[in-house]
Amino acid sequence: MSGQSQRLNVVPTVTMLGVMKARLVGATRGHALLKKKSDALTVQFRQILKKIVSTKESMGEVMKTSSFALTEAKYVAGENIKHVVLENVQNASLKVRSRQENVAGVKLPKFEYFNEGETKNDLTGLARGGQQVQLCRAAYVKAIEVLVELASLQTSFLTLDEAIKTTNRRVNALENVVKPRLENTINYIKGELDELEREDFFRLKKIQGYKKREIERQMAAAKEFSEEQFAEKVSLQKGISIKSAHNFLAAATEKDEDIIF
Amino acid sequence: MAGRAQIPTKSSALIAMIADEDTITGFLLAGVGNVDLRRKTNYLIVDSKTTVKQIEDAFKEFTTKEDIAIILISQYVANMIRFLVDSYNKPVPAILEIPSKDHPYDPAHDSVLSRVKYLFSAESVASGRR
Repeated sequence: MSGQSQRLNVVPTVTMLGVMKARLVGATRGHALLKKKSDALTVQFRQILKKIVSTKESMGEVMKTSSFALTEAKYVAGENIKHVVLENVQNASLKVRSRQENVAGVKLPKFEYFNEGETKNDLTGLARGGQQVQLCRAAYVKAIEVLVELASLQTSFLTLDEAIKTTNRRVNALENVVKPRLENTINYIKGELDELEREDFFRLKKIQGYKKREIERQMAAAKEFSEEQFAEKVSLQKGISIKSAHNFLAAATEKDEDIIF
Repeated sequence: MAGRAQIPTKSSALIAMIADEDTITGFLLAGVGNVDLRRKTNYLIVDSKTTVKQIEDAFKEFTTKEDIAIILISQYVANMIRFLVDSYNKPVPAILEIPSKDHPYDPAHDSVLSRVKYLFSAESVASGRR
Protein backbone atom coordinates (compact mmCIF):
# COMPACT_ATOMS: atom_id res chain seq x y z
CA MET A 1 0.00 0.00 0.00
CA SER A 2 1.05 3.54 -0.57
CA GLY A 3 0.26 4.43 3.02
CA GLN A 4 2.66 1.86 4.36
CA SER A 5 5.80 3.02 2.67
CA GLN A 6 5.14 6.70 3.09
CA ARG A 7 6.85 8.68 5.74
CA LEU A 8 7.98 12.20 6.21
CA ASN A 9 11.51 13.08 5.28
CA VAL A 10 13.02 13.93 8.65
CA VAL A 11 16.24 13.55 10.54
CA PRO A 12 15.87 10.74 13.10
CA THR A 13 16.51 12.53 16.35
CA VAL A 14 14.85 12.58 19.72
CA THR A 15 13.62 16.13 19.13
CA MET A 16 12.04 15.10 15.84
CA LEU A 17 10.42 12.17 17.59
CA GLY A 18 8.87 14.57 20.09
CA VAL A 19 7.65 16.84 17.31
CA MET A 20 6.17 13.91 15.38
CA LYS A 21 4.44 12.60 18.47
CA ALA A 22 2.93 16.03 19.10
CA ARG A 23 1.74 16.15 15.52
CA LEU A 24 0.22 12.71 15.79
CA VAL A 25 -1.67 13.78 18.90
CA GLY A 26 -2.89 16.86 17.06
CA ALA A 27 -3.97 14.82 14.05
CA THR A 28 -5.83 12.36 16.27
CA ARG A 29 -7.66 15.15 18.05
CA GLY A 30 -8.49 16.87 14.78
CA HIS A 31 -9.77 13.62 13.38
CA ALA A 32 -12.03 13.09 16.39
CA LEU A 33 -13.38 16.64 16.18
CA LEU A 34 -14.02 16.46 12.47
CA LYS A 35 -15.74 13.15 12.91
CA LYS A 36 -18.03 14.74 15.49
CA LYS A 37 -18.71 17.64 13.17
CA SER A 38 -19.54 15.27 10.35
CA ASP A 39 -21.94 13.40 12.61
CA ALA A 40 -23.64 16.59 13.72
CA LEU A 41 -24.02 17.72 10.12
CA THR A 42 -25.41 14.37 9.11
CA VAL A 43 -28.04 14.54 11.84
CA GLN A 44 -29.04 17.98 10.63
CA PHE A 45 -28.99 16.77 7.06
CA ARG A 46 -31.38 13.93 7.79
CA GLN A 47 -33.78 16.26 9.55
CA ILE A 48 -33.73 18.60 6.58
CA LEU A 49 -34.31 15.71 4.19
CA LYS A 50 -37.41 14.67 6.08
CA LYS A 51 -38.67 18.24 6.20
CA ILE A 52 -38.07 18.72 2.49
CA VAL A 53 -40.12 15.68 1.62
CA SER A 54 -43.04 16.71 3.80
CA THR A 55 -42.92 20.34 2.69
CA LYS A 56 -42.82 19.34 -0.96
CA GLU A 57 -46.03 17.47 -0.43
CA SER A 58 -47.74 20.28 1.39
CA MET A 59 -46.57 22.56 -1.39
CA GLY A 60 -48.58 20.53 -3.89
CA GLU A 61 -51.62 20.90 -1.67
CA VAL A 62 -51.19 24.63 -1.17
CA MET A 63 -50.59 25.27 -4.84
CA LYS A 64 -53.76 23.40 -5.66
CA THR A 65 -55.74 25.49 -3.19
CA SER A 66 -54.34 28.73 -4.49
CA SER A 67 -54.96 27.78 -8.09
CA PHE A 68 -58.50 26.98 -7.20
CA ALA A 69 -58.86 30.30 -5.41
CA LEU A 70 -57.60 32.06 -8.52
CA THR A 71 -60.11 30.23 -10.66
CA GLU A 72 -62.85 31.28 -8.29
CA ALA A 73 -61.67 34.87 -8.41
CA LYS A 74 -61.59 34.74 -12.20
CA TYR A 75 -65.05 33.34 -12.35
CA VAL A 76 -66.47 36.02 -10.10
CA ALA A 77 -64.44 39.02 -11.17
CA GLY A 78 -64.18 38.19 -14.83
CA GLU A 79 -61.36 36.99 -17.03
CA ASN A 80 -59.85 40.44 -17.40
CA ILE A 81 -58.72 40.55 -13.77
CA LYS A 82 -55.33 39.25 -14.77
CA HIS A 83 -54.78 42.19 -17.06
CA VAL A 84 -55.57 44.51 -14.17
CA VAL A 85 -53.12 42.63 -11.97
CA LEU A 86 -50.40 42.54 -14.61
CA GLU A 87 -50.77 46.24 -15.23
CA ASN A 88 -50.62 47.10 -11.57
CA VAL A 89 -47.16 45.71 -10.92
CA GLN A 90 -44.79 48.32 -9.60
CA ASN A 91 -42.71 47.49 -6.60
CA ALA A 92 -42.66 44.25 -4.73
CA SER A 93 -44.45 44.49 -1.43
CA LEU A 94 -43.70 40.92 -0.50
CA LYS A 95 -39.99 40.46 -0.15
CA VAL A 96 -37.55 37.93 1.21
CA ARG A 97 -35.03 38.46 3.92
CA SER A 98 -32.10 36.11 4.23
CA ARG A 99 -30.06 35.48 7.31
CA GLN A 100 -27.52 32.91 8.31
CA GLU A 101 -27.79 30.09 10.71
CA ASN A 102 -24.75 28.37 12.11
CA VAL A 103 -24.71 24.59 12.38
CA ALA A 104 -21.37 23.18 13.54
CA GLY A 105 -19.47 25.93 11.79
CA VAL A 106 -21.44 25.69 8.56
CA LYS A 107 -23.42 28.73 7.62
CA LEU A 108 -26.88 27.85 6.41
CA PRO A 109 -29.08 30.44 4.76
CA LYS A 110 -32.56 30.94 6.09
CA PHE A 111 -35.16 32.88 4.18
CA GLU A 112 -38.15 34.57 5.61
CA TYR A 113 -40.68 36.69 3.79
CA PHE A 114 -42.04 39.96 4.99
CA ASN A 115 -44.51 42.57 3.83
CA GLU A 116 -43.18 45.93 2.89
CA GLY A 117 -45.51 48.82 2.21
CA GLU A 118 -49.15 48.50 1.33
CA THR A 119 -50.39 46.32 -1.44
CA LYS A 120 -51.41 48.03 -4.62
CA ASN A 121 -53.98 45.44 -5.45
CA ASP A 122 -56.31 46.52 -2.70
CA LEU A 123 -58.75 47.99 -5.12
CA THR A 124 -58.62 45.15 -7.58
CA GLY A 125 -62.02 43.66 -8.09
CA LEU A 126 -63.76 46.54 -6.47
CA ALA A 127 -66.52 46.37 -9.04
CA ARG A 128 -67.26 42.73 -8.42
CA GLY A 129 -65.69 39.76 -6.76
CA GLY A 130 -63.57 41.73 -4.33
CA GLN A 131 -64.05 39.11 -1.64
CA GLN A 132 -62.86 36.31 -3.87
CA VAL A 133 -59.90 38.34 -5.04
CA GLN A 134 -58.80 38.99 -1.48
CA LEU A 135 -59.23 35.31 -0.64
CA CYS A 136 -57.15 34.40 -3.65
CA ARG A 137 -54.52 36.87 -2.53
CA ALA A 138 -54.43 35.32 0.92
CA ALA A 139 -54.12 31.87 -0.63
CA TYR A 140 -51.16 32.95 -2.70
CA VAL A 141 -49.48 34.63 0.25
CA LYS A 142 -49.85 31.32 2.06
CA ALA A 143 -48.31 29.57 -0.92
CA ILE A 144 -45.39 31.99 -0.82
CA GLU A 145 -44.93 31.21 2.85
CA VAL A 146 -44.60 27.50 2.14
CA LEU A 147 -42.42 28.09 -0.88
CA VAL A 148 -40.05 30.36 1.01
CA GLU A 149 -39.69 27.76 3.71
CA LEU A 150 -39.05 25.12 1.10
CA ALA A 151 -36.48 27.35 -0.56
CA SER A 152 -34.53 27.79 2.64
CA LEU A 153 -34.69 24.05 3.30
CA GLN A 154 -33.49 23.33 -0.18
CA THR A 155 -30.65 25.80 0.05
CA SER A 156 -29.64 24.35 3.41
CA PHE A 157 -29.78 20.92 1.83
CA LEU A 158 -27.37 21.87 -0.94
CA THR A 159 -25.02 23.70 1.42
CA LEU A 160 -25.01 20.89 3.96
CA ASP A 161 -24.45 18.31 1.28
CA GLU A 162 -21.37 20.19 0.15
CA ALA A 163 -20.17 20.71 3.74
CA ILE A 164 -20.60 17.05 4.64
CA LYS A 165 -18.66 16.00 1.58
CA THR A 166 -15.81 18.34 2.47
CA THR A 167 -15.76 17.23 6.09
CA ASN A 168 -15.80 13.55 5.20
CA ARG A 169 -12.99 14.08 2.75
CA ARG A 170 -10.97 15.71 5.51
CA VAL A 171 -11.77 12.97 7.99
CA ASN A 172 -10.67 10.33 5.52
CA ALA A 173 -7.55 12.23 4.59
CA LEU A 174 -6.55 12.49 8.23
CA GLU A 175 -7.35 8.88 8.93
CA ASN A 176 -5.84 7.28 5.86
CA VAL A 177 -3.01 9.57 4.85
CA VAL A 178 -1.80 11.89 7.58
CA LYS A 179 -1.99 9.55 10.55
CA PRO A 180 -0.32 6.50 8.92
CA ARG A 181 2.40 8.74 7.58
CA LEU A 182 3.07 10.18 11.01
CA GLU A 183 3.00 6.74 12.57
CA ASN A 184 5.42 5.45 9.97
CA THR A 185 7.71 8.36 10.65
CA ILE A 186 7.59 7.72 14.38
CA ASN A 187 8.36 4.05 13.85
CA TYR A 188 11.20 4.94 11.56
CA ILE A 189 12.69 7.36 14.07
CA LYS A 190 12.29 4.85 16.88
CA GLY A 191 13.98 2.13 14.85
CA GLU A 192 16.75 4.45 13.90
CA LEU A 193 17.26 5.52 17.53
CA ASP A 194 17.30 1.87 18.67
CA GLU A 195 19.90 1.13 16.07
CA LEU A 196 22.04 3.96 17.36
CA GLU A 197 21.63 2.73 20.91
CA ARG A 198 22.67 -0.78 19.98
CA GLU A 199 25.70 0.57 18.21
CA ASP A 200 26.59 2.57 21.29
CA PHE A 201 26.07 -0.40 23.53
CA PHE A 202 28.25 -2.57 21.37
CA ARG A 203 30.97 0.02 21.34
CA LEU A 204 30.82 0.31 25.12
CA LYS A 205 31.04 -3.45 25.47
CA LYS A 206 33.96 -3.52 23.14
CA ILE A 207 35.78 -0.83 25.09
CA GLN A 208 34.93 -2.52 28.33
CA GLY A 209 36.42 -5.77 27.11
CA TYR A 210 39.49 -4.03 25.91
CA LYS A 211 39.93 -2.31 29.25
CA LYS A 212 39.43 -5.55 31.12
CA ARG A 213 42.06 -7.25 29.09
CA GLU A 214 44.40 -4.34 29.61
CA ILE A 215 43.89 -4.47 33.35
CA GLU A 216 44.47 -8.19 33.39
CA ARG A 217 47.66 -7.75 31.50
CA GLN A 218 48.83 -5.07 33.88
CA MET A 219 47.87 -7.20 36.82
CA ALA A 220 49.82 -10.06 35.40
CA ALA A 221 52.80 -7.83 34.78
CA ALA A 222 52.63 -6.44 38.28
CA LYS A 223 52.41 -9.91 39.71
CA GLU A 224 55.33 -11.05 37.71
CA PHE A 225 57.25 -8.00 38.77
CA SER A 226 56.46 -8.51 42.44
CA GLU A 227 57.40 -12.18 42.18
CA GLU A 228 60.62 -11.22 40.56
CA GLN A 229 61.32 -8.74 43.28
CA PHE A 230 60.51 -11.35 45.89
CA ALA A 231 62.78 -13.84 44.24
CA GLU A 232 65.54 -11.29 44.05
CA LYS A 233 65.16 -10.49 47.70
CA VAL A 234 65.33 -14.14 48.56
CA SER A 235 68.31 -14.73 46.37
CA LEU A 236 70.07 -11.68 47.76
CA GLN A 237 69.63 -13.14 51.18
CA LYS A 238 71.07 -16.36 49.90
CA GLY A 239 73.85 -14.49 48.20
CA ILE A 240 73.01 -15.53 44.74
CA SER A 241 72.25 -13.08 42.10
CA ILE A 242 68.77 -13.42 40.84
CA LYS A 243 69.99 -12.98 37.37
CA SER A 244 72.43 -15.81 37.53
CA ALA A 245 69.90 -17.99 39.30
CA HIS A 246 67.43 -17.15 36.71
CA ASN A 247 69.84 -17.85 34.00
CA PHE A 248 70.94 -20.98 35.59
CA LEU A 249 67.37 -22.09 36.04
CA ALA A 250 66.47 -21.13 32.55
CA ALA A 251 69.53 -22.82 31.17
CA ALA A 252 68.89 -25.89 33.27
CA THR A 253 65.30 -26.20 32.14
CA GLU A 254 66.34 -25.83 28.58
CA LYS A 255 69.04 -28.40 28.73
CA ASP A 256 67.91 -31.10 31.03
CA GLU A 257 64.46 -31.71 32.27
CA ASP A 258 65.36 -34.37 34.76
CA ILE A 259 67.45 -32.21 37.02
CA ILE A 260 65.90 -31.92 40.38
CA PHE A 261 67.05 -29.72 43.15
CA MET B 1 -13.90 26.98 3.07
CA ALA B 2 -12.51 29.09 0.29
CA GLY B 3 -14.10 27.07 -2.46
CA ARG B 4 -17.62 27.42 -1.27
CA ALA B 5 -19.83 30.20 -2.55
CA GLN B 6 -20.45 32.92 -0.10
CA ILE B 7 -24.00 33.26 1.14
CA PRO B 8 -24.97 36.87 1.05
CA THR B 9 -27.01 38.24 3.92
CA LYS B 10 -29.39 40.85 2.69
CA SER B 11 -32.16 42.69 4.39
CA SER B 12 -34.47 42.36 1.43
CA ALA B 13 -34.47 40.34 -1.73
CA LEU B 14 -36.96 39.48 -4.42
CA ILE B 15 -38.67 36.33 -5.56
CA ALA B 16 -38.39 35.77 -9.29
CA MET B 17 -40.81 33.67 -11.30
CA ILE B 18 -40.86 31.80 -14.56
CA ALA B 19 -44.28 30.26 -14.98
CA ASP B 20 -47.55 30.28 -16.88
CA GLU B 21 -49.84 33.24 -16.86
CA ASP B 22 -52.25 32.05 -14.19
CA THR B 23 -49.60 31.19 -11.66
CA ILE B 24 -47.87 34.50 -12.24
CA THR B 25 -51.14 36.35 -11.86
CA GLY B 26 -51.73 34.70 -8.52
CA PHE B 27 -48.31 35.53 -7.17
CA LEU B 28 -48.50 39.06 -8.50
CA LEU B 29 -51.76 39.44 -6.66
CA ALA B 30 -49.92 38.40 -3.51
CA GLY B 31 -47.47 41.17 -4.22
CA VAL B 32 -44.17 39.65 -5.29
CA GLY B 33 -44.01 41.42 -8.62
CA ASN B 34 -41.38 44.07 -9.15
CA VAL B 35 -40.54 46.40 -12.01
CA ASP B 36 -37.23 48.18 -11.85
CA LEU B 37 -36.21 51.49 -13.35
CA ARG B 38 -35.46 50.00 -16.73
CA ARG B 39 -38.90 48.44 -16.88
CA LYS B 40 -37.43 45.01 -16.28
CA THR B 41 -39.74 42.62 -14.51
CA ASN B 42 -38.74 39.93 -12.05
CA TYR B 43 -41.04 37.41 -13.74
CA LEU B 44 -41.46 35.80 -17.12
CA ILE B 45 -44.83 34.68 -18.38
CA VAL B 46 -44.46 31.52 -20.41
CA ASP B 47 -47.12 30.86 -23.01
CA SER B 48 -47.28 29.00 -26.27
CA LYS B 49 -45.38 31.75 -28.05
CA THR B 50 -42.45 31.85 -25.64
CA THR B 51 -39.31 30.28 -27.08
CA VAL B 52 -36.87 28.14 -25.13
CA LYS B 53 -34.22 30.75 -25.80
CA GLN B 54 -36.26 33.37 -23.99
CA ILE B 55 -36.71 31.08 -20.99
CA GLU B 56 -33.01 30.31 -20.93
CA ASP B 57 -32.11 33.96 -21.03
CA ALA B 58 -34.55 34.80 -18.26
CA PHE B 59 -33.24 31.94 -16.13
CA LYS B 60 -29.66 33.04 -16.60
CA GLU B 61 -30.58 36.63 -15.86
CA PHE B 62 -32.44 35.75 -12.68
CA THR B 63 -29.70 33.48 -11.39
CA THR B 64 -27.04 36.13 -11.86
CA LYS B 65 -29.04 39.02 -10.44
CA GLU B 66 -27.90 40.15 -7.03
CA ASP B 67 -31.23 41.00 -5.49
CA ILE B 68 -33.04 37.75 -6.18
CA ALA B 69 -33.10 35.14 -3.44
CA ILE B 70 -35.58 32.60 -4.73
CA ILE B 71 -36.59 31.62 -8.26
CA LEU B 72 -39.91 29.89 -8.69
CA ILE B 73 -40.12 27.95 -11.90
CA SER B 74 -43.02 25.87 -13.17
CA GLN B 75 -42.06 22.32 -13.56
CA TYR B 76 -43.01 22.01 -17.20
CA VAL B 77 -40.95 25.12 -17.89
CA ALA B 78 -38.08 23.64 -15.92
CA ASN B 79 -38.31 20.53 -18.07
CA MET B 80 -37.76 22.67 -21.15
CA ILE B 81 -34.44 23.93 -19.78
CA ARG B 82 -33.67 20.86 -17.69
CA PHE B 83 -29.97 20.86 -18.50
CA LEU B 84 -29.63 24.40 -17.20
CA VAL B 85 -31.58 23.71 -14.02
CA ASP B 86 -29.65 20.53 -13.30
CA SER B 87 -26.27 22.10 -13.87
CA TYR B 88 -27.11 24.96 -11.56
CA ASN B 89 -25.63 24.23 -8.15
CA LYS B 90 -25.33 27.46 -6.24
CA PRO B 91 -27.16 27.84 -2.93
CA VAL B 92 -28.40 31.37 -3.61
CA PRO B 93 -30.67 32.05 -5.38
CA ALA B 94 -32.57 28.90 -4.64
CA ILE B 95 -34.37 27.27 -7.55
CA LEU B 96 -37.80 25.98 -6.66
CA GLU B 97 -39.85 23.90 -9.02
CA ILE B 98 -43.54 24.44 -8.49
CA PRO B 99 -46.48 22.59 -9.94
CA SER B 100 -48.57 24.43 -12.46
CA LYS B 101 -52.26 24.21 -13.04
CA ASP B 102 -52.27 22.49 -16.39
CA HIS B 103 -49.43 20.09 -15.76
CA PRO B 104 -49.41 17.48 -13.02
CA TYR B 105 -46.47 17.58 -10.68
CA ASP B 106 -43.96 14.80 -11.06
CA PRO B 107 -41.52 14.55 -8.16
CA ALA B 108 -39.17 12.38 -10.19
CA HIS B 109 -38.23 15.31 -12.42
CA ASP B 110 -37.36 17.70 -9.65
CA SER B 111 -33.60 18.08 -9.59
CA VAL B 112 -33.40 18.50 -5.84
CA LEU B 113 -36.08 16.02 -4.94
CA SER B 114 -34.44 13.35 -7.08
CA ARG B 115 -31.26 13.86 -5.09
CA VAL B 116 -33.24 13.73 -1.87
CA LYS B 117 -34.81 10.49 -3.07
CA TYR B 118 -31.46 9.09 -4.02
CA LEU B 119 -30.11 9.81 -0.54
CA PHE B 120 -33.25 8.50 1.03
CA SER B 121 -33.46 5.32 -0.99
CA ALA B 122 -32.05 3.27 1.86
CA GLU B 123 -34.64 4.58 4.26
CA SER B 124 -37.42 4.62 1.67
CA VAL B 125 -39.30 7.52 3.19
CA ALA B 126 -39.94 9.33 -0.03
CA SER B 127 -40.42 6.34 -2.28
CA GLY B 128 -43.54 5.19 -0.50
CA ARG B 129 -45.31 8.48 -0.94
CA ARG B 130 -45.30 8.93 -4.66
